[in-house]
Amino acid sequence: MSRAPSRWVVWGLLVAAVAIAVLFGLGVGPVPLTPGEALAALRGVGDVTAVAIMRDIRAPRVALAALVGAALAMSGASLQGTLRNALAEPYLLGVSGGAAVGAVVAVALRAPYPVVPIGAFGGAVGAVVLVLAIARAGGSRPDARILLMAGVIVGAFANAVIMIALASSPPDTTRNALWWMMGSVAAATWGHVAWLAAYAAVAGTALLVFAPEIDVLALGDDAAAGLGVHVERAARRVYVVASLLAAATVAAAGLVGFVGLVVPHLVRTRAGRGHRAVIAAAGLAGAALVIAADLIARTLRAPNELPLGAVTALGGVPFFLAQLRRLR
Amino acid sequence: MIHFDGVVVRYPRAPRPAVNGVSFEAPRGVITAIAGPNGSGKSTLVRALLGRVPLASGAILIDGSNATRLDRRELARRVAVVSQREEPAFPVSVRDYIALGRHPHTPLWGGADPDAAAALTKAIADAEVAAFLDRTTDELSGGEWQRVRIARALAQDARALVLDEPTTYLDIAHEMAAFELLDALARRDQAVLVVSHQLNLIARFAHRVVLLHRGTVAAAGPPSEVMRGDVLEEVYEWPLVVTRDPAVGAPALLPLRSRRRP
Repeated sequence: MSRAPSRWVVWGLLVAAVAIAVLFGLGVGPVPLTPGEALAALRGVGDVTAVAIMRDIRAPRVALAALVGAALAMSGASLQGTLRNALAEPYLLGVSGGAAVGAVVAVALRAPYPVVPIGAFGGAVGAVVLVLAIARAGGSRPDARILLMAGVIVGAFANAVIMIALASSPPDTTRNALWWMMGSVAAATWGHVAWLAAYAAVAGTALLVFAPEIDVLALGDDAAAGLGVHVERAARRVYVVASLLAAATVAAAGLVGFVGLVVPHLVRTRAGRGHRAVIAAAGLAGAALVIAADLIARTLRAPNELPLGAVTALGGVPFFLAQLRRLR
Repeated sequence: MIHFDGVVVRYPRAPRPAVNGVSFEAPRGVITAIAGPNGSGKSTLVRALLGRVPLASGAILIDGSNATRLDRRELARRVAVVSQREEPAFPVSVRDYIALGRHPHTPLWGGADPDAAAALTKAIADAEVAAFLDRTTDELSGGEWQRVRIARALAQDARALVLDEPTTYLDIAHEMAAFELLDALARRDQAVLVVSHQLNLIARFAHRVVLLHRGTVAAAGPPSEVMRGDVLEEVYEWPLVVTRDPAVGAPALLPLRSRRRP
C-alpha cells in the first residue's frame, strides 16, 4: 500500500474543498456574483437584488446542501464501521424507504406542503422502530447482520407500499411525490437550515463521542466484547442516532442517495486514526460534494433543474468504481 | 485467577447443554490448557466468560468477582481475550490496532489514559511486533497477525489472558514461538488459559490440562495424567498411541491410521 499524503494535507484539502464549493455555490447562478460580491451581499452590502438573491435563495440553499451532505456522510461512516459492512448506509437500512412512504402518504392525502417533511420524518422513525423490532424478533441478540437484513427487508416493504400508493394516485400527486423522492434543496429556507443544523449538531456530536466504540465494533463482535464493549447495545445506539440523522436530511431535502455510501470510502484510509477522524472528514467531504452536486443540478440545464438525487447517484458511480479499483 | 464453577451453558433449541457443569481453575503463574474434540464446549466457555452467552447455572469468577456481574469494561481490564477468529471490517494500521487494547482503560467521555504509552511499548516488545507497526492489518501473514492480536491483548494489561486456538494458522516455528511467549507471560505471574487442539504442545507447555468431552470435564490434571491413551481414545473416538517426547519426556501423541481398532 502506498503511503498516503500527510493527514494535515488531507484535512487542508477537505477544508479548501468546502470553502471553494461554498464560494461557487454562492456565486454561480442566473445572476453571477464574484466571491467578493457574494460575501458582501451576504453581509447586506451592495446591490439590493444581489442581497435578496443571496440572503433568500442562494445562501440557505448552499447551507442546506452542505448540511445534507455532511449529515448523510457522517451517518454512513458510522454505520459502515458499526455494522462492519462497506455497503451499509442509511438508505440501505430502511431509513429512505420509511421516509419516502411517509412523504408519499402525505402527498397522496393532499396534505399542505409543510406537512410533507413531517410525514417523511415520521416514516423514517417508523422504519427505524420496525427494523429494531424485526431484529429483535429475529434473534434474542440483534447483532449487526440482523440489523442489516432487517433494514433491507423494511426497505423492500416500503417500496411496495410506495408503488401501491403511486399506482392508485392521480397523476399530479404522483408527480409531486416523485419529485420529492428525487431529492432537492431548491426550496431551502433558513427555517430548514436552522432545523437541520440543530439536529446535525446534536447527532453528529453523539456519533463523534461514540467513535472510539465504533473502532472496536469494527473488529467484530467477539473482539469488541473482549474489549469491554456491550456489543448489541453499542451497535443499536449508533444505528438509531445515525438513522435519525439521515431521516432529518430526508425530511429537509428528500432522497439524496449515494452520499452516505460513497463519501466515507473516499476519506476512510486518508483521514487519519480511527472513526473520529473518518466521521469528521466524511462530514466535510459530504458537505463539499453535495454543494457541488446541487450546483450541477441547477446549472447544467438552467433554467430547469435536475433532481439532486440523480446528480449524486450519477456522480457517485464513477467514485465508487474508482474505489473498487483501489481495493482491487 | 479464572475460576469456572459448575458452569452450564445451554443454547436455545439445542438438545443438550453445550457446557454441562464444568469446574476448573486457571491460576496465575502457569499455562492452563483446555482441549477436547470439536463441539466439546471449548469455545463456548470462552464466549461465556465474555458474556456472549448466558450461563444457565454456575459462575465464572475472576479473582473472586463474578464475571457476569462485573461491568464489561472492568472485566476487560481483568481478562484479555484473543478470540478464535477476527477480521477488522476495514484495515487499520498495526499501531492503531494494538492501541485498541487500551479501549477498556480509556475514559468513555474523553480524557487521557495515563498508562497507555508504557503499556503499548511493553506489549509491542513482548509480542515482538515492532517490525510491522507501520503496516496495515491486511498486510500481515497469518503468523504476524496472530502475534499482533496477542500484542493487542497484552496492551489490555490484564492479569489473565485467554486465547482460543491461537496457533491454528501457524507453522511449526511460529507455533512454538507463540507457546514460548505464553510460557514467558505465565512466568510473569499472569493467568494464561489457552484453548488448543495441539495436544503435543499442550503436553510440553501446560501445567494443567482440562479435557472436555460433550460439555463435561472428561479428565483434568497435569499432562502426564490426562494425556493417556485410554482417556484420549475414548474422548476423541479415534485410535492413538501415547509415547514419550524424547527431548523433554512429556507425553507425545500419535494418532493411528485406521479407524478399525485392534
